[in-house]
Amino acid sequence: MESYAVYVPRLVTKKENFAPGHRACIGCGEALAVRLACKALGQSVIIANATGCMEIVSSPLPYTSWRVPWIHTLFENTAAVASGIEAGLKIMMKKGRIAQKEIKVVAMAGDGGTSDIGLQALSGAMERGHNFLYLCFDNEAYMNTGIQRSSSTPFGAATTTSPAGKVSIGQVSWKKNMPAIAAAHDIPYVATACPSYPFDLMAKVAKGAAIQGPAYIQILSPCPTGWRFATNLSVRIGRLAVETGMFPLYEVENGTYKLTLDFPKLRPVADYMKLQGRFRHLPEEIVKQIQQRLEKEYAKLKEKAR
Amino acid sequence: MAKKVGIEVSLAVAEAAKLANADVVAAYPITPQTHIVEHLAELVANGELDAAYIPVESEHSAMSACLGSSAVGARTFTATAGQGLELMHEVLYVASAMRLPVVMAVANRALSSPLSVWGDQSDVMAVRDTGWIQLFVENGQETVDNVLCAFRMGEDPRVLLPVMVHLDGFYLSHVIEAVLFPEQSQVDKFLPPFKYPLPLHPDKPLTMGAFAMPVLYSEVKKAQEVNLEAAKEVILECWGEFGKLFGRNYSPVERYRSDDARVLLLTLGGFSETAMTAVDRMQEEGREVGLVRLRLWRPFPFAELRQAVKNAEVLIVLDRAISFGGPGGPVCSEVRSALYGEEKRPKVIGFVGGLGGRDITPAGFEEIVNKGIEIAQKGSDKEFEIYGVRE
Repeated sequence: MESYAVYVPRLVTKKENFAPGHRACIGCGEALAVRLACKALGQSVIIANATGCMEIVSSPLPYTSWRVPWIHTLFENTAAVASGIEAGLKIMMKKGRIAQKEIKVVAMAGDGGTSDIGLQALSGAMERGHNFLYLCFDNEAYMNTGIQRSSSTPFGAATTTSPAGKVSIGQVSWKKNMPAIAAAHDIPYVATACPSYPFDLMAKVAKGAAIQGPAYIQILSPCPTGWRFATNLSVRIGRLAVETGMFPLYEVENGTYKLTLDFPKLRPVADYMKLQGRFRHLPEEIVKQIQQRLEKEYAKLKEKAR
Repeated sequence: MAKKVGIEVSLAVAEAAKLANADVVAAYPITPQTHIVEHLAELVANGELDAAYIPVESEHSAMSACLGSSAVGARTFTATAGQGLELMHEVLYVASAMRLPVVMAVANRALSSPLSVWGDQSDVMAVRDTGWIQLFVENGQETVDNVLCAFRMGEDPRVLLPVMVHLDGFYLSHVIEAVLFPEQSQVDKFLPPFKYPLPLHPDKPLTMGAFAMPVLYSEVKKAQEVNLEAAKEVILECWGEFGKLFGRNYSPVERYRSDDARVLLLTLGGFSETAMTAVDRMQEEGREVGLVRLRLWRPFPFAELRQAVKNAEVLIVLDRAISFGGPGGPVCSEVRSALYGEEKRPKVIGFVGGLGGRDITPAGFEEIVNKGIEIAQKGSDKEFEIYGVRE
């Protein structure tokens, strides 16, 4: 259980490769997740970043928060750019054009850049088997453009393009199961993580980076601005997401599922939802419906992890 | 010894990329370009070309992968056509703005709808303003030579820009021509290994592709324009060097029997060779008709064009793309605008033809010339003529 406790003293590098001074919102769970991931990745990486919150807050010309080589080109093509970087490095080392060195290629994108517009490029890169780690920072909507729904937005959440109204409960579709889609590519490593469990997140990122071949990690990144909760609650919200089964933590290693945290009983989802403005409009029967669905999904996941 | 072989021009393009010792090829199949990437795949599979071949899942990803491999300093090649070029569209701007010297052969093709795999230049004209150096070639030899030149032009540290080499889909890409392939040692001398000055590498972390607020964006764009304009010197230098080494000379504007011609035709790409036949015939009949061909499309060769047409009375421009609801073809528009400020200038008459693989024969070019002269004399209520179309 050690890696899931926050209050256990342990050694973590003080080196920040994602430098402070960036322009993320107060309480941004995603900036915290990126910071932790960068600690785990170390220096010998090249990061390809999709357009999105992290790109915008970290790279206003002429400033940068990146102390590792970093490239941003477009929104939907990050996995393809990473493919090119990986293939380019490999052939140049083979041809002796650059020195042999272990350099991990890491692609980073938000949930829209991953599960919507970037899905094709990601699927292609995973299928081709490039040696790269893909990190999806999932804040469950297009936050950078002002909180529009994505396919990763949970059922019932109000966003600016799935607003709750007199005849609508907000988002009417269930969150796309992106880790399952990644796992369906039969890649060696898939995991979910959350910065509320920092040591687990770092361990998974380090593991994903060490694996040869494609690895995919989806990191739930609580967003006070978009989910409408108090900025001091980001870590707590992340924990509640995990404890209620909204975002279970698990790994899929070579097709084998393993729950990172196995709860005998899920905490009521209302505990998680009541803290967030995006769910505030939901009537009790919808919350109940969500609770039932979560329990069913969690049981399915447990079954897979048996 | 360099050897002359009969070869399909698409295959010759792949052979040129092999001679250039490309490090990475990221490509997606699309007619009429497919033979290029098929042959490259073959060359890699047989170990004749030591390159990473990335069989991507779309042209958007093809160009995106090219950005990545070029950013780490790999010599990068791809090819596409028509819809593929359009799917790449937004990525093309990034390649030039981020100064990544990818080389791409484009087997020019019409755009849907209706679907047409056949040749015209609608695809190129839609990516005219993407900031790439763009060359139009007209035969197999010129294609091979200019694929080699494209790497050297683009990778020059004074330039660092991506280059498109446009060849006509089918009419050039699928014909078998006699091509003289230069010796590898000669090519190596002409084209040393690519050394990107600022590659992505952990030894020296760089941030590439930061975003710009309004206070900086215009400056970045101006720098890009100044850079592309200045690339012309290097392009000329490159062709000069190529001529010295290989004995074949290229210039931004090609002139064919145009010195004393009162009437000039202006074309781009492979149709020019048919137009030459037409010019020969007309000159035999004693008519003063010549041909001017733009080889360099971007940066636009203003000075050379003005020089080439300054004594003509009528300049008939053939476009193989339409700017719908506009002034006719994009080439004609640009030529007109380039000549507008000249005191002495020919009348510029615009024709659009050869769309979606529709052929224009030598007799067709004669017809265009006759009609063009008639319009120049009598005037017309239309902005441009569409040639060879059923009413």
